[in-house]
Amino acid sequence: MARGDLIAPIAVSDTGDIQALVTAGFGSLTAACFLMLRVAEATAAKAWLAGVQVATVADLGKDKPPLTQVVQVALTSDGLAALGLDPAIIAQFAPEFVRGLARDASRSRRLGDVGDSAPAHWHWGSGDRTPHLAVLLYASDAGALTALEAATEAGLGGGFSIVTRLHTANFAGREPFGFMDGISQPSLDWQGRHQPGSDHYANTIAAGEVLIGYPNEYGRIADRPLLPGEHTLPAAIDDPGWGDLGRNGSYLVHRELAQDVRGFWRWVGREAPDAALPLAEAMVGRRIDGQPLAGLATHAIAGEPRPDSNGFTYDADRDGMICPHGGHIRRSNPRNGDFPVPPRNIFERAADILGLRGKPEADAIASARFHRLLRRGREYGQWLDREAALDQDAPDPQSGINFLCLGASIGRQFEFVQGAWCESAKFGGGSGESDPLLGSRAPFPDEQATDGFTRGCPAGRRLRHDGVPRFVTVKGGAYFLLPGVKALRFIAS
Amino acid sequence: MTPQDFFQVMAPLPPGGHAGIDALLAEMCWPGQPGRAHPANPLIPFGDFPNLHFARLLVIDDPTLADRAGTGLPTAEPAYLALLGSCDGTADAMLAALAEGAAPGLRALFRQCGLAPDADVFTWLRAHAVRPATGYVNWVGRTVAQVREEALLHRLLVAAVPAASGKADCVAARAAIIAAVKVHAPTLTPEAPTPMGWLHKNRESFWLPLLAFIVALVLVVPRLWLPLLIGLALFAYVLRRRERADPVIAPQTSAAEIARRSAYEDHDVTNAFSAIGSLKPGRFRLWLTIAVLWGVNWTTRHIFTKGRLARVGTIHFARWVLIDDNRRLFFASDYDGPLETYMDDFINKVSFGLNAVFSNGIGWPRTDWLVLGGARDEQVFKRFLRYHQCITQVHYKAYPGLTTYDLARNARLRQGYQARSMTEVEARTWLAAI
Repeated sequence: MARGDLIAPIAVSDTGDIQALVTAGFGSLTAACFLMLRVAEATAAKAWLAGVQVATVADLGKDKPPLTQVVQVALTSDGLAALGLDPAIIAQFAPEFVRGLARDASRSRRLGDVGDSAPAHWHWGSGDRTPHLAVLLYASDAGALTALEAATEAGLGGGFSIVTRLHTANFAGREPFGFMDGISQPSLDWQGRHQPGSDHYANTIAAGEVLIGYPNEYGRIADRPLLPGEHTLPAAIDDPGWGDLGRNGSYLVHRELAQDVRGFWRWVGREAPDAALPLAEAMVGRRIDGQPLAGLATHAIAGEPRPDSNGFTYDADRDGMICPHGGHIRRSNPRNGDFPVPPRNIFERAADILGLRGKPEADAIASARFHRLLRRGREYGQWLDREAALDQDAPDPQSGINFLCLGASIGRQFEFVQGAWCESAKFGGGSGESDPLLGSRAPFPDEQATDGFTRGCPAGRRLRHDGVPRFVTVKGGAYFLLPGVKALRFIAS
Repeated sequence: MTPQDFFQVMAPLPPGGHAGIDALLAEMCWPGQPGRAHPANPLIPFGDFPNLHFARLLVIDDPTLADRAGTGLPTAEPAYLALLGSCDGTADAMLAALAEGAAPGLRALFRQCGLAPDADVFTWLRAHAVRPATGYVNWVGRTVAQVREEALLHRLLVAAVPAASGKADCVAARAAIIAAVKVHAPTLTPEAPTPMGWLHKNRESFWLPLLAFIVALVLVVPRLWLPLLIGLALFAYVLRRRERADPVIAPQTSAAEIARRSAYEDHDVTNAFSAIGSLKPGRFRLWLTIAVLWGVNWTTRHIFTKGRLARVGTIHFARWVLIDDNRRLFFASDYDGPLETYMDDFINKVSFGLNAVFSNGIGWPRTDWLVLGGARDEQVFKRFLRYHQCITQVHYKAYPGLTTYDLARNARLRQGYQARSMTEVEARTWLAAI
């Protein structure tokens, strides 16, 4: 096998080298805090990194004692440079990671990080407040977390300065607007059994979609730094003579998203006084208790562990009368296969490939399997009930979500989903609407509105809402590498 | 029906003639939006030309010529200043209009390329014009005027939606909306007659190759099947041998350079892609390229004329142009969405078509049997594309903010607006499209 060949799926075996966040959100560890650090003194910083104990996938499992606390470590490209890693090595990582989330105005524009969400207003993640390191701390309760945090900070020595501490809250599975969250997650093919490509939507994706250094949905391994003869690193799967600095790692996107809970429920209440909740549920694309919208039949989907609440597609709702095309969860995962309508025979398949079947506008959304996000977010702030949010005297709960997601390609996964699907006013061939929750609402281009929202209503007609306000504002963020343990030690050496 | 055409003027730049040009091109754009042409810029006020869909200006300075080392091809080719675009009517008529309406600007731009102050601009432009081997138009016959009129109609229809509230059914709702729009009497120019010359040529170009193919099938194949088979086998042998041996050259473009280029992108929903590369040396690849481009052109002329190129629906216009005595291939397209989505469409939907053309170029990711593999190698393909990309320094679009899907929807709305009557189901679909 040589570099560049198609690579068959292989089982992921070195679980002791993979940080546990790849398989777990540590739901039972309800207290969490994220430390954002900058390297103050490289030698001391490296000494800390060389010794830090991070939980790995091997520490999890039914036969293992449950973890009571977890430490995970991730680095930005600025961090790698500050630790003295050769720039020629850093340059071999994905270009989005190398540049970072906030450095380029063009990236901010694509992602909708404009206006109040522009990096210039962030309290961390931009300029000299760009972290070098994120230390993610998880513990079973607030007391244990405080102790873990204190011990961690005491152990840092003089190696780091703290940019910010991001504290989180536990809303029992709900995000601040009140919706059950984290229901839909892709299943990773750890056993190497999944053959990429499918006519129907499937929830299983190749390991290489999340783990760097493994074959992805194209049957290829994405670019990452390879170091000749570096035997302290895992060997490159496609070229075993080389050490693979990326293997067993994953890119971690972190964005702090402030949610205007009061603004959301007040606007919905004004817009649909008799049916605020149905409007809110249409905007999300899911019922507030996490169940699919009424009318979306559930069924078994390959790789979907929760068919009752998540076993649905939009195949029977092509006109968006049940779940609006622009609904948040439909935008961020359209649940489609490789063809707009699965071909029934070889002739239809040929006609599909040549673009001779169906209508062009029915084929406007890219196949979902290349654009999945493994989410690991945590809420923050105070809980505010939706009825209480309507009260004029309700205090601002200052809540939101620390959005975290993992993937092996920031460009094809996070940036694609955020930019081309959520923020884009042209998603799926539509016009004038961005994501009803996430959209920046910035007119684009020129003065053209992006703040609409269209949904079906019982009469079979459509209802259009205009002037949807901005509900989510970005307060900070960064692109990190969540390295494998050996890679972490190599960076520290 | 008014057909569309492609114009392209390419003038070699003198060595070192870049700097002044780059500054001039930058002046043609909106402040703070590099690459996005101002429709009223003083050099070429694109907005003054009612037949102009898209236009672009760029310096084509091939960064990949060093890859020719050892191939026997010259390692130097001229850098060009290129002005190209897509228009209603003929390319010549468009060039004449540009020469008439923007002579001083064109003189300033092309001065360094040898456009003398006393020379006739149109004659000079024509002398430097090249024709694409293959052109693609998203919707053959859709004019700029039609796009603009239908976009206005769409805005009026949206504004008239409240008139439909309380109506019992969709037919009544449609009637109420139409009545409210009729007050504004929107202009909807009927389709112009198709030029007879174009119509004849189009019919000929459809039937003659088909006829030739059928004649060959009936007359030649039964008699000469053995030589044909041997020829085919020989072709397959040569192709496979080359596919295995041809080097893949796709170095990573630096993150900083990618960032520099993306500053020119995503100021409108439509972006410009321009790229250049060298054909692999030898007659085999040249003839293969010419044959494939001819084939693609037949499909874009006769099959893919209504909204998509194979499965890709986001391209407004695209062209493949052989230049420098067929040593190099230039590609340009106007597509909706960010570059990353465009590249994904290429990989997932039309890798076979890209492979058939571009695998004849130096460095393309390795193909199998001409159409397989190649662009499916996502990472190498994306590196290759960025490596060959030229920055489109000035990009003009006559209808900002509108995608191909918007244009198609607006055209459907117009049909529904002008239709005498509709069933309840048709009316519901029409209302939904508003």
